[in-house]
Amino acid sequence: MTSTILTNLAILVLAAFVGFQVISKVPNTLHTPLMSGTNAIHGIVLLGGLVAIGHAEGFLSRLLLVIAIAFGTINVVGGFLVTDRMLSMFKKKPEPVADGEDEP
Amino acid sequence: MTAATAFFQDADFITAAYVVAFSMFITGLAKLTSPTTAVQGNKIAAVGMLIAVLATLLDPALDGADFALIAGGLIIGTIVGVPAARNVKMTAMPQMVALFNGVGGGAVALIAWAEFRELGGDLSADLAVGIPLVFAAIIGSISFWGSNIAFGKLQGLISGSPVKIPAGLFVNIALLAAAIGAGVAILLGSESEGLFILILVAAAILGNLSVLPIGGADMPVVISTLNAFTGLSAAAAGIALNNYALIVAGMIVGASGTILTDQMAKAMNRSIGSVLLGGFGGEAPAVEGGAGETGGTVRSTSAADVAILLAYARQVVVVPGYGMAVAQAQHAVREMAKALEKKGIEVKYAIHPVAGRMPGHMNVLLAEADVPYDQLKEMDDINPEFGRTDVSLVIGANDVTNPDARLKADSPIYGMPILNVDESKQVIVLKRSMASGFAGIENPLFFNEKTQMLFGDAKSSVAEITSELGGL
Repeated sequence: MTSTILTNLAILVLAAFVGFQVISKVPNTLHTPLMSGTNAIHGIVLLGGLVAIGHAEGFLSRLLLVIAIAFGTINVVGGFLVTDRMLSMFKKKPEPVADGEDEP
Repeated sequence: MTAATAFFQDADFITAAYVVAFSMFITGLAKLTSPTTAVQGNKIAAVGMLIAVLATLLDPALDGADFALIAGGLIIGTIVGVPAARNVKMTAMPQMVALFNGVGGGAVALIAWAEFRELGGDLSADLAVGIPLVFAAIIGSISFWGSNIAFGKLQGLISGSPVKIPAGLFVNIALLAAAIGAGVAILLGSESEGLFILILVAAAILGNLSVLPIGGADMPVVISTLNAFTGLSAAAAGIALNNYALIVAGMIVGASGTILTDQMAKAMNRSIGSVLLGGFGGEAPAVEGGAGETGGTVRSTSAADVAILLAYARQVVVVPGYGMAVAQAQHAVREMAKALEKKGIEVKYAIHPVAGRMPGHMNVLLAEADVPYDQLKEMDDINPEFGRTDVSLVIGANDVTNPDARLKADSPIYGMPILNVDESKQVIVLKRSMASGFAGIENPLFFNEKTQMLFGDAKSSVAEITSELGGL
C-alpha cells in the first residue's frame, strides 16, 4: 500500500512540474482558448466515473456515477469543441460565408 | 476470453495507452500556447483523450459493469455537450467554459461520494484513499457551485456586480472548517453518510458565497482559478482510484491552470488575491443619469447631431466594445464607415486587447463585417493618434476607455492599459443607459466636457447616424 501511494505521489509531483513548465509565456489573445483547452483536459474525470462504476453496487451509487459520467462527457466533448470554435476565430482569413456556427 | 482480448485487457497495455495519451496532452498544451499551432494542439489533446477513454473501457475493472449505464452516461453527456458547444454565441463563450468546468468539478464530487458508499463509509482503513477522497469531495463541490455562479453572473442570471455578504470572510472560513471537520471525523472512523453529505453541502455553500462577491469583470480570473481547482480535484480522485490518467492529466491542469490564472490576472492588472477576496467595484455606486461623483453632468445628443459632427471631421476612430458585439451592430458600423469614407473621412478602429471580453474577439466580428484588416489598430498603434482625431465614436465600450486607469491612483482599475479616447477633440459614446460598466465602476469619460452621449440600442443608433449622413 505504501509503495502504491508513493508511486502515485511521485507521478503527481512530476505532473505538477510538467504543468508548470508547459505554460511558460502565453500571449494575451490565447488566454481564453488555453483556459478552455485545459478545462477540456480535466474532463479526464470521465475515466474516474468509468472505473468506479465497474465496482459500484446499489441504485444510488450507480445513479451518482451515471451522472458523473454524463458530466465528465459534457466536460470533455463540450470543452474540446468550444476550444476548437474559439481557435477557428484566429484564422487570418475568415471564411467569406459564415458556416452556421456564428451568431444569428 | 481469447488471447487478443486478454492482451488488450492487460493492465500494462492500458497503462501504455495512458502514457500515449499523456504525451498527447502535453504536446497539445504546449502547442496551445502559440497562435499558429493552437488549433492543432487542441486536436492532439482531444485525440489523446479519446485514446484514454477507449483504453479505460477495456479495463478489466469494468468487467462487472453494466455497459448500458456507461453508454447511457456517455450518450447523455454527448447529447447535452455537443449542441451546447456548437450553438453557444461567441459573446457567451466565457460562461460556457465556466459551465463545462463546473460539470467537471461536479463529476469529481459525485465520484467521491459514490466511492465513499462503495467503501461502506470506512475511509479510516486506508488513509491513502480516504484523504484524497475527502479532498476531491470538497474541491469538486466548490468548483461545481462556484462555476455555476460564475456562469449565472456572466449570463446575466445573477447580478454581475459584487454582492456583499455580511461577514463574508468569517462565514467562508466557518464553512471550510465545517467541511474539513466533517472530513476529519470520517477519516477518524465515522462511517456516517450524513457527514459526507455535510462535506459536499458546506463546500457547495462555500463555492456559492466565495464567487458571489466578485464582480463580473474579474470572472475570467475566477473561472481560471476554478479550472485549476477542478484539475486538482481530478488528480486527488485519481490517487483514490489509483488511476494514473486522472493523476497526471488532473495535476497538469491544476499546475498549468494556476500559472495561467496568474498571467491572466497580471494582464488585467489584478492580483489573484484581490480578485478572490472580492469587492471589486463595490465602492462606486452606479450612476443613474445626471450628475455623477465627479460632479460633472452628462450631455446627451441625437443621431442627427452626431452625423453633422462626423461629416465635418477629418479622422474618426471607432472604439468597439462588448456592447457592439451584443447589439450585433458591426455590420451597421461598417455601413456608417463606408458613408464616411465616401466623404473622404478617414475611419480607423481602435481594438483594445480585451475588447469584447474575449481576446481576439473583436477582430473577428469586424472581419466578418468586411472591415478592411488594415483599419483595425491595436491599442499601442492607435493611442498616439487620438490627439489628432476629430471624433472618437465609442460603441458599447466602457471600462477600456476609463481615464481613471491612467489618472486616478486609487481607482480599482488604475494601471490597466486603456485606449486614450479622452485625448481626441470630441467623443461620442453610444450606450444603452448610464449603468456602469462590467467592472461596476464609474467612467469619468462620460462626464468629460468633450463627451456627448447617444443613448439607445447601438445597432439602431448607428443605422440612424448613417441615414442622417446620407442627407448631408
